[in-house]
Amino acid sequence: MAAVAARYPELKALDVEVLAMSTDSRFVHKMWQEYELSKMVEGGVPFPMLSDAGGKIGAIYGVYDEAAGVDIRGRFIIDPDFVIRAMEVLTPEVGRNPEELIRQVKAFQHVRATGEVTPSGWQPGQMTLKPGPALVGRVWEIWKP
Amino acid sequence: MPELTDGCVKPAQGPIVPLPQQAAAAAGREAMEEKRMIARVGQEAIDFEANAFINGVGFRTVKLSDYKGKWIVLCFYPGDFTFV
Repeated sequence: MAAVAARYPELKALDVEVLAMSTDSRFVHKMWQEYELSKMVEGGVPFPMLSDAGGKIGAIYGVYDEAAGVDIRGRFIIDPDFVIRAMEVLTPEVGRNPEELIRQVKAFQHVRATGEVTPSGWQPGQMTLKPGPALVGRVWEIWKP
Repeated sequence: MPELTDGCVKPAQGPIVPLPQQAAAAAGREAMEEKRMIARVGQEAIDFEANAFINGVGFRTVKLSDYKGKWIVLCFYPGDFTFV
């Protein structure tokens, strides 16, 4: 969570709103913010911290672990049309990679703006592909992993 | 910063499921339907309402659809005061 917060200025610059959610109450969110997060990230976590009491929202998003009673680590990118573009779900012991999150946001924004598609590992400024009959069987000519 | 006034118990709607799901619930399959994952890439996000803490603002009730029209990153995590 703190790792995402540390990259928040970059996400904000991409016009991204971040929402964090766990099964903890809003009261515990406030305490975590004051006691710990504010010491990890200057100013604390700047985005809303939501409470999924009972895990009903997590269940709908496929991240609620019923045995443990918690939402596991799931991350969703939703576009301005309210369509889910990406999801990544990890078991709790491995943290996220905010670098990859930001890369995916940039790629989806590029695709939305241009109609082009981005090859594996694409970074802004690199070549994209323009799908169409002329490209079938010829991707190898212009792109290699 | 405004005062953080809030009662002890504040209901929030939780998932606001689309109509076909509600119809299924009305048909008596509520418990089963409610637990089913219905979020899919390429499909519209499932709206929800939840209580929230917002740093510098206080306690608010937030709906996912409040942010419609923007790019949203929704991050679930296992718990406050955990380790990763």
